[in-house]
Amino acid sequence: MEEKGGKQSVGLVKPETVTFDSVELECGRKLSPVDVCYETYGRLNSDKDNAVLVAHALSGDAHAAGLHSDDDKKPGWWDIFIGPGKGIDTDKYFVICSNIIGGCKGSSGPGSINKKDNKPYGTAFPPITVRDMVTVQKRLIDHLGIKSILAVIGGSLGGMQVLQWAVDYPAAVKSAIVIASTAKLSAQGIAFNAVGREAITSDPNWFKGDYYDKGKKPEKGLAIARMIGHITYLSEDVIEQKFGRKTKSDKDTDSGDFPARVDFTQDEYEIESYLSYQGDSFVKRFDANSYLYISKAMDAFDLYQDYGSLEKAFKNVKSGFLVVSYTSDWLFPAWQSKEIVKALKANNIPVTYYNIKSESGHDSFLVEKEISELEGVVSPFLDNIRGG
Amino acid sequence: MDTLRKDHQIIASLIDKGSKVLDLGCGDGSLLKKLSELKNASIQGVEIDPEKIKECSKAGVPVIHADIDEGLSDYPDKSYDFIICSQTLQAVHKPQKVLDEILRVGKKGIVIFPNFGHWKIRKMLFFGGIMPRSNELPYNWYDSPNIHHLTIRDFKKFCGNEGIVIEKEYCFKSLEQEKPRFLANLLCRYGMFVISR
Repeated sequence: MEEKGGKQSVGLVKPETVTFDSVELECGRKLSPVDVCYETYGRLNSDKDNAVLVAHALSGDAHAAGLHSDDDKKPGWWDIFIGPGKGIDTDKYFVICSNIIGGCKGSSGPGSINKKDNKPYGTAFPPITVRDMVTVQKRLIDHLGIKSILAVIGGSLGGMQVLQWAVDYPAAVKSAIVIASTAKLSAQGIAFNAVGREAITSDPNWFKGDYYDKGKKPEKGLAIARMIGHITYLSEDVIEQKFGRKTKSDKDTDSGDFPARVDFTQDEYEIESYLSYQGDSFVKRFDANSYLYISKAMDAFDLYQDYGSLEKAFKNVKSGFLVVSYTSDWLFPAWQSKEIVKALKANNIPVTYYNIKSESGHDSFLVEKEISELEGVVSPFLDNIRGG
Repeated sequence: MDTLRKDHQIIASLIDKGSKVLDLGCGDGSLLKKLSELKNASIQGVEIDPEKIKECSKAGVPVIHADIDEGLSDYPDKSYDFIICSQTLQAVHKPQKVLDEILRVGKKGIVIFPNFGHWKIRKMLFFGGIMPRSNELPYNWYDSPNIHHLTIRDFKKFCGNEGIVIEKEYCFKSLEQEKPRFLANLLCRYGMFVISR
């Protein structure tokens, strides 16, 4: 399975699921049982000290690399970065990625069956936090018999989980790699999430979250949420370059007669149809309630408030840090990463910080043409953590 | 220590075991790496060049991607034992501010710079009438990152005016070779100063 540049894919992979009896959540409620869907790539060595845990972002899942079947059209979401000879080299590391709880890709979430009434939870699912996601990941790591993780790595919401890992389990995390993330979601971030949630909850097919047995889903609402989200993940430059004011080629041009009514539902510009496509394809693979739960968890994430200050939050941290931001990311801007770096420095924690010059906005860490810069710091960073 | 460049040797000899060291403009991180190996120093680099950030990562040296001209405001007072500023001072926009910050954040500063008072440089300007170029200052006037040329005498005068104490002073024929301080401003290609306030 040769790819560009002679780099290989991890090939065919299979998701696994482990079920825990129950997990106590930050809200005080117990979730029982708890399914965790995960994938692994590479081999765990005999000392069990080469594990790299990958934390996924809002719309991600456990399928980070490789293919599920030979005729799979798309590889895992970070296939450009995980594999033999890639940024996270599966010849060296045992890579684990699990679906976060609250999600909809195999781990327990609002679409899972509630034992109490044998129906999907819907909004009866307890509220979850970034810390809950990490608590469950820790259970998975324990289950796999791993005491110390070489590195936890993630972008965006994934980076929030990385920070929480370093804060909650200082002894278990040798190094932490935080990409395009923040220690608290900005008001602007909350604002965009709020519009996305509003789109979902105002969809008549949402039914207060109990749509699973209705034969219809809040597809329109979720699609709109995704469209808004997608704009925030791109940069102005990249939209301008890719689409500009290009109009759709199949658009009716100058037929002479004006229709009796103006049709506002038809996409006119390429950027419109691109966003529509993003929205529609997202609906096929994602659950609207999961979007609500996870975006709420992001909103609530605030290490400053939880500990009084970010400096205090990192008081017991033992991991070495690599913090990466992107110059074109306006959703999780560089200054938020710099605050993380500053608070780590105040605690004498060794930290490398790289503000990568990029065009692709918040999504830069997922974009192939931007990936080599990330690889340029992550790969040697991991080598040194492993060596030292 | 034989394989170390002379200026690095001297820096290593100045630094106490287990010191906290910050290197402004740390390049590929090789000096910090040595200080960590030889002196068990707790090290941190600052560098503006992305390529050097990746080289530091390879060397295992923690480095922060930042512009020194934007200051060290993230760093508390006297939070480092030594701050090294090697061949960087002449390239910053506000050397005065940078030196102030070095002595606020560091207990001691170690500053190395190419000496614009060296006789060959004077000769080029005097007889050639052109902006001097040398091994130490290889750039043309229009593409040089070195925007604040200074001489050893300039630096000492500056320290006097600013109330900066020069604790030690070294001269180099090249960074491989130390020189006696006789007629330093005329004969030395580099000056190195240990300063405090």
